[in-house]
Formats: sequence, structure tokens, C-alpha cells
Amino acid sequence: MLHIKCPHCGMRSQNEFSYGGDATVKRPELGKEISDQEWNDFVYNRKSLRGKHWELWQHISGCRQWIKVERDTASHEIFKTLKADQEIS
Amino acid sequence: MTQAFRLENVGLINRNKKLSFKFNGKNYHGYEGDTLASALIANGVHLVGRSFKYHRPRGFFGAGVDEPYAIVQLYRNGETEPNIKATEQELFEGLEAKSVNCWPSVNFDIGAINNFLKIFLPAGFYYKTFMWPKSFWYKVYEPFIRKAAGLGVASIKHDKERYEHKYEYCDLLITGSGPSGLASAYAAAKNGARVILAEDKSRFGGTLLTSDVNIGNQSGKEWADGIISELKEMPNVTVKNRSQVFGYYDHNMLVMSERISDHLPETKKFHPKQRLWYIRAKEVLISSGSIERPIVFGNNDTPGVMLSSAAKEYLKVYGVLVGKNPLIFTNNDSGYETAIEFKKNGIDPVILDTRNDPNSEIIDEAKNLGIDIKFSYVVVAAQGYKKVKSADIAKISEDKEQLGKIENIKCDCICVSGFWTPTIHLASQSGNKSKFKEDIDAFIPGISKQNETTLGAANGVYTLDQTLKSSFETGQKLSKEITNNDNKISFPNVVEKKSTVHDKFWCVPLPKGKNYKRFLDFQNDVAVSDIEIALKEGYRSIEHVKRYTTLGMATDQGKTSNLNGLQLVSKIENKVVPAVGHTTFRPPYTPVSIGAIVGREVGKHSKPTRKSPMHTWHEKNNAVFVDAGVWLRPRYYKRGNENLFEASKREAKNVRTNVGVCDVTTLGKIDIKGPDAAELLNRVYTNAWLKLPVGKARYGVMLREDGIVMDDGTTTRISENHYHMTTTTAQAANVLSHLEYYLQLVWPELNVNVVSTTEQWAGAAIAGPKSRDLLQKLFPNSDVSNEGLPFMGYIEGDLFGVKAKIFRISFSGELAYEINVESDNGNFMWEKIMEVGQEFEIQPYGTEALSTLRIEMGHVAGSELDGRTIPYDNSLEGLLSKKKDFIGKRSLTRKAFTADDRQKIVGVVPLDKKTSIPEGSHLVKDSNAPLPNPKLGYISASCWSVEYDNPFSLAILKDGKNMIGEKLFVMSPLKNKVIPVEIVSSHYVDPKGERVRS
Repeated sequence: MLHIKCPHCGMRSQNEFSYGGDATVKRPELGKEISDQEWNDFVYNRKSLRGKHWELWQHISGCRQWIKVERDTASHEIFKTLKADQEIS
Repeated sequence: MTQAFRLENVGLINRNKKLSFKFNGKNYHGYEGDTLASALIANGVHLVGRSFKYHRPRGFFGAGVDEPYAIVQLYRNGETEPNIKATEQELFEGLEAKSVNCWPSVNFDIGAINNFLKIFLPAGFYYKTFMWPKSFWYKVYEPFIRKAAGLGVASIKHDKERYEHKYEYCDLLITGSGPSGLASAYAAAKNGARVILAEDKSRFGGTLLTSDVNIGNQSGKEWADGIISELKEMPNVTVKNRSQVFGYYDHNMLVMSERISDHLPETKKFHPKQRLWYIRAKEVLISSGSIERPIVFGNNDTPGVMLSSAAKEYLKVYGVLVGKNPLIFTNNDSGYETAIEFKKNGIDPVILDTRNDPNSEIIDEAKNLGIDIKFSYVVVAAQGYKKVKSADIAKISEDKEQLGKIENIKCDCICVSGFWTPTIHLASQSGNKSKFKEDIDAFIPGISKQNETTLGAANGVYTLDQTLKSSFETGQKLSKEITNNDNKISFPNVVEKKSTVHDKFWCVPLPKGKNYKRFLDFQNDVAVSDIEIALKEGYRSIEHVKRYTTLGMATDQGKTSNLNGLQLVSKIENKVVPAVGHTTFRPPYTPVSIGAIVGREVGKHSKPTRKSPMHTWHEKNNAVFVDAGVWLRPRYYKRGNENLFEASKREAKNVRTNVGVCDVTTLGKIDIKGPDAAELLNRVYTNAWLKLPVGKARYGVMLREDGIVMDDGTTTRISENHYHMTTTTAQAANVLSHLEYYLQLVWPELNVNVVSTTEQWAGAAIAGPKSRDLLQKLFPNSDVSNEGLPFMGYIEGDLFGVKAKIFRISFSGELAYEINVESDNGNFMWEKIMEVGQEFEIQPYGTEALSTLRIEMGHVAGSELDGRTIPYDNSLEGLLSKKKDFIGKRSLTRKAFTADDRQKIVGVVPLDKKTSIPEGSHLVKDSNAPLPNPKLGYISASCWSVEYDNPFSLAILKDGKNMIGEKLFVMSPLKNKVIPVEIVSSHYVDPKGERVRS
């Protein structure tokens, strides 16, 4: 079970969180004309990375904040966690 | 009855407490502190089972977790448990056990005929033989294999025992209480670190209990006892015996199973049987020791052939002789230690050493004791069927290829030592890639991946002095990094006998003209010849060889067989062992009972049960409940002998003619506040929300980004910046997360807060033509006329002194209202509604009637919004705003979503107006078409229309908009039904929606 450092609450076990997918995906602006390809990329197309990956988790059984977590998808090592409004660097 | 093989004055058992037990129906005695295995051996019982494939006689091979043979069916306190290792099961008064895998008895086992047919049962036998004819599999082969193979029998009764889970944090978790575990725990504890020391067995000390060493002028056992009692006194230390750390997971999470009551005749009141510990450790010290490995020779599975370390343990810990005429077969000095213990207790062993005249302190001691030692000798084959009677032995050449003349030597047991294999399972599970250590011919942990360190024998260090030194240092260093304390401990003086190098010999060649079975894996009957066949047939990867031959599988997971298997593969393949590699070690290290894994989460405890504040009222009024997610909801209220069908029909009918009341507390409720609340709603719902006036509700549909309908519900504008959203019962949690996602990550500029208020409000829906009259009586001071509270209107009212929210919304399609009060007042509200409603002939209605009402009105619910449908499919396309963007809108332009013949919701009525239509059935054009019959759609929900008194269903049908009036067939192969039907509008009752506005 992963041990995730919630930037608001501190170290907590994985079972307090729920996974939310790739954190680097940006939703296209509302009302903006975009191609089918761009929309498909946003909705469906994800890289299945081996290695470092920024992903979203929600601390559902804690502060209910969505957070960004940099995790190695192979080793499960967690390098960094950020609040929702912090930019991935 | 005398215990013929029990020594006097030797061992750690309690001779003052005699215990009686039963094995295969026969009564025996043992002592407190015995295992089932030691007690049986004390009584001269060596035949305990039959092997998996050939049903060969099975005895004892080890004295602990590595045991491949002695697996029994245990009976304890009216319960039975399969696959218990007799070497691990502690004896208790009244214990009963039986052999497994034999019929009719362990002495006369019909399956043993397989032994004579073994030429027909080579590796991969099942795969090759039971392939054809295909029809034979179910009828002949499978039942035969099931009866013939397999181990114990699981109980089918409900398990009365209690199992618990515990979460724990510590600085250092130390797995194993041998020399390395004790030393590191002691050093760390002295530095004030929080330490958990876990020992699998009942006694602490590991090899210190059996080895002839001296630490600080004490025997190994005395030293261990001293350390343990000191550790037990320290508040920062938890010491646990009977506790196996069996799994090493991510981020230094380890799981340990503690057997609290298994050694007792019955579980004490308020005690659990077992406890599963989830331990998050800052550092893990793996001090799991090593397991002796066998040497392979002919008939090496005969009862009486066992590990030499096990023989020593039975002698020193239990005071039990595994034989009175022992033959020791060794390639290293460990065999001598066992021989010396025999000799000291008046038994004359013979040692066969594969080495040519080695020299060490231990060997000298054996020589001085006058033990008969034969160098460059091997056991060619064990003789005897149910017990070793003699051994064929021979001299072996320097190159270990040629056997000399075969001699026969009488013996009643053969104690084998093929050197030691470090127990690297936990380190390996942590992600540590093992490396091969040439001088010990085995794998040890490589570079640490997580915060884990392996110590002592588990790390391939086989001298006590070195083990203690490195363990003290490691415990001290790691704890210092955590606590910043630096307490120096004086290192005790260690006296141990020096040993010399082992011989890398592991398999005795077959003598000319003999075809003895030489077993590698004792639990699965995998012999040398099976591996040879697998390799001949082209299996190369060790993982494939394992699966094809079953080498290293089953309850012992090859603890004694894996390395010899690798030796053989590498020899045939002409590779070195590290090039072959080992199979992956996965948790659990030893079997864990299902009960311990499940813990308290059984039956009703497996998920929370949520009840509305009106639950007690429902119970008192004969409600029959149904699980709705985690909620319990009344399905119907039973009157007299009514069944579900009759009751729900009555309830629904009463809503259509008078008035009914339904508990809608379970609906998800989300409170939304902030200046940008309207903007948020406008983005998450498909329709327009910016102009909704205060005091008005609106129905909305929200989509996922892929255009699929996520949920629907009504949201009411309570005040300028305050909204009350409702969701379906099932989606409440998902919708809240969905809103939080967009507010926190996508549109953080929106100034809005959302919070779940599902449990804060109790809700009652009153529906039916008389609902307004009832509402007026409940709220005499409010204007509830059609003008004062129009359809989709909202007011606040006073319900006999209780503040209430009144929404004019309808799910039933009737004139209807929903009243919300604070949860504490829910029951008061309900009782008032029932009391005042009496004159309007009010009846409560459950979810079944609720479904009937919504289905015949064509209102969609969870069975249509099933994660596969878009708004058009549910005839909700009228709610799609063309003027604004919203979540998922762009996806609706997808080609499949705009196809001309896109599926759409329709109504379905059977032509005979009588036959009920099973939910989930398929719609087809021609019921006689050849299979697979093209499916045009599926029945999503069915009811008995109370309006028209005939069956009615909703269906999602291809090209639904052009299918009204068509005649199709409903097919349900599951129910064996074919029903001719007509497709009608999904709005079966009141298609213009006049009633809700009346």
C-alpha cells in the first residue's frame, strides 16, 4: 500500500485516496473551437508511461482536496506531491 | 502409553503437563511445548500422509515452515481446517488431526497404484493426457483428478472465530528472533527506537536454541532468554511470537499474521483467533535465517529421510529422537553437529561425508567422540517403503561421477545436510534484486530498493561472531539515524566451533541399471526425470519449467526444493545458476488463512449499512427492505399475505388515485454556495442555469467529458448565491468528487464551495392527485396553490413548528412534492404526514412502486443512465443548450453519437398484454433467426403498469425514433422466454406531462 504525503494533511495511507489519472492533461478552454484530434487526445489518449509520472489523487477520506503526485509507475516511488493550484515544475 | 522416542531431561518442553491427542483416530500423548510433529515422532509415528501425485508414503522432512510433507486436516473446537503443517501446529489438549490425500487410509492408500504407474505420469502429464476427447473433461477426467489430487478439505460452515486487523507504525521492524534479530533489536531498542520484533515460532531465539555456542559466558539459549526478557520490559519495544511477517509491500508496508489462539484448544472469550498486522516501518531488518537444503538421491522421499537440522531441533527443543540408528548424509559440517547431539545422548550415528577428508574443529570433535565417519561416501538410495529400513551407500569418485561398489547399511533414518539457503523471500518481495554468492552456492539480497537490510544467515553470513557483530552495528546505526541517541553497547565474547568449507555436491548419480526416483520437490512429487523431460520438450525459462512441472509450487512454495531445481536446470543447460535465475518470490511467504485476510469485514460488516431517520417507522410498519447501494430502503410495505407484486401494485395504484408517501432521504444532496455558483452549474449541467430565479428548481443532466450521461437530478436556487443540488442515490459520492475536481483543478477561479448534505436532510416525497390537499393541511400558513407554489417551485414552510423545505418536483409523474427537514426531525415529519394524510387515504410506498411509477411515465433512472448512454438515447436531447459550452458537449459531435439509427429509449408492451418481460432481455426482429441473432436493443426496466393493468417495459433500441409501432420479439435465453411485443412511446402514461402541472 502506497504512503502518500498529502500537502494539506501529511503522510497518509493509500486507502484514504482515490486515483484521478494523468495530472498533465489540460482541459481545453470552454467554448474554444478545437479539432477532433485535440479533443480525442484530451478525453481518451493517455501515455502508459513506465517511470516518473505526474498524476492526480483525491484525498477523499481526508481533506477532499485533489493533489498532484509525482510517482514512478514501475517502482511506485513517490518523489513529490503538490497542491491542486501548484504548477508542476 | 510410553513415548518410545522421547529422551529424558533434554528439551524445552513442559514435562509436567501431559497432553492427549488423536491422530487418524488413534490416541497418543505429548507434552505442552510439543508440536504435533514432535509429539508424533516421540510416539514413533512417521507415516503421516501420501504424496500429491504418486501417493507415496510421506513422513516428516523439516521442523518448521519449510515442511513439504506433514500436512494434516486439523479438528479444533468443532471446526476443521485443512493443510496445517504438523511441524508448525502446537499441541493442545484434545487436538485431533487426520492425514490428507489418502483413501481409504494412510496405511492402505488405493491411489498408491499411481506409484507403479509413474512411468505414465511424467511432467505435464495432465496437459498431455486429459486433452481429448473433449467431452470427457467434465464427466470423467475432472472429477477423477479432483478426487485423486488435492490436499485437505475446506470447511463449508460459517467460521465462528473472530479475526482482527491492526495498523501499526514503528521505526524498526525486525523479522525473526535468531541471533541477528535479537542483536539488532537490542541495539535499536537501547537507542530508544520503536521496535517490533516478530518471531514465527512460539519460542524466541532461532538457531540459538539448538546450536552449541557460548555468548558472554552463557549458552546461546540463556543469552537469547536474557535479551528477550529485557526487550519485553521496554516500553518502546513490541515483541511478538507466533507471528509471521509474510508480505513486504510498497513504501515499507509489511503484513504480519499473528496466531493468537491456534495453539489453544479453543479461543478465549473476547480474543480473536488471529490478528493481521499492517505495519508501516521506517526501516526493516530481515533476520529470517536460512533453510537447510537436501541432497538428492534415490527414494529420497521415504519417511525417515529428513533434514539434519530438523533432527537436531527435534532432539534439542523437544527431546525427541527421529531414529535410534541414524545415518547422517552431509556435504558440510552441519551434519556433524547433528551427529554430535545424537552421540551425546547415547545414540551411535554413522556419518557419510561427500568430502574427502576435510578438517575443522567440529569434525575433530566428532572424531574424538568416536563417531563412525565415512569420507567420500554417498547415499545412493533409501530402502524401505513406509519407513527407512536401510540405505544403499557407495564411495564416490573425486569428480563425483562414478559410484563404487554398493553396500547396504542398516539405519532407521537418514539426516541430510546439503548446506544452507538464505531465506531471502522478504527482501526479494521488497524489490531487492538478489545476487548469487558463489561460496555458499545460493542467492542473497543485492542492493536494497526500499529501506530494508538483511542480516545474518539470511544474508549468507554463517558464523555467529560475524552475525552478532554486524547485527549490533546495523541496529545501532539505523536507530541512531532515527532517534539521534547513541548508546554504546559492549559486544559480548562469542565462542563457537569453527567449520570448514562445504562441498558443492547436491545430487547423487544413478547407479548403472537402477531407475530410482530422485525427488527435487517433495510436496509435488517432482523428480529429476521430470525436469529433464521438461527441458527436452523445450521449456527453458525457469518460470516455465516451474509451471510445467509444478516444481516449487503448493503450500511450501519450494522452500527446500528451489535451489536444487536450479542446480539441475543449470547443469543440463550447461549454464551457471545465476544465469538461470530463480522464480519470483511473491507474498505470502507462508500460507495465511482467508479469515485473517478478511478480518472483521464479514457479512453485514463488509460494508456500512445506512438507514434513514424514518427506518424504525418502516420496520414497525412491515416494510420489506432492499439494499440500495449502502442504504437500506423499504421495497414495499407488506399487508397480510401480500407478495411483492401485489403490494407494489397496490402502493403504486394508490399514488395514481389518492396520495402516497415515499422516503427519499437517500437521494444525494450537495449544498453549493458562492458568487459563481450559477456559473458552475451552467458548466456542469447541459441546460441553461444562469437565469434560474430564486425559489425555483430545475431538472438537469450532467455528462462526463466523453459525452456519456453521468447523473441527473434537480437543483434549486435557495437564495442569490445558494443552491441545493440533488443527485441519484448511487452517484452521490461521484458527483461531489466531480464538482470538486473542476473547482479545484480546472476552474479554480470560480468562487464556489460545495459540501455533501445528504445526511443532514430527511426527505419525504408525497405524490398523487390529493397531495396538494395534504400539503395544505401540513402547512396551513403557506400558499401551496398552483399559483403560490407552481411546478418546479420552492418555498420554505413551518411543519407544526419544524422548519421545512418544500420542493414541487415529481419523479412519479403525478402532482407531487418533496419535503425536507433536518434529519433529527425526519421521523416527526413522517408521522405527521401519515397522521394528516389519513383522511386522503395515504399509503407509504417503497422502491418497487416508485419504479413502476417512473417506468410507465418514461422517466429515466440508473438502469437507463448506465454509463453507456448519451442524452439522445434517453430522449434528453431537449436539455442540450446550443448557446453555451458544458462538460462533455464536444464529444456529442462524435460520428457514432449522431448516427441516424442511433439507439433511443422506447416503450415495450407484450402483444398478449399478459406476459411479463424479464429485465435484461434482448430485442430481435426474428425470433427464429439463426444464432447469433442480431440484437436490436435491450430491456432496461420492466413493470406492471397500474394505469393500464398490463406489463410495460423501457428499452434502449437501435433506431428507436423510427421503431414506434413496430412488432419485435423479446428473447430471454436465461428465462427461456420468447415474447412478441409492440414498440410504443416511452411516455406510456400522461405523455404531455399534464398531471405534474395540475
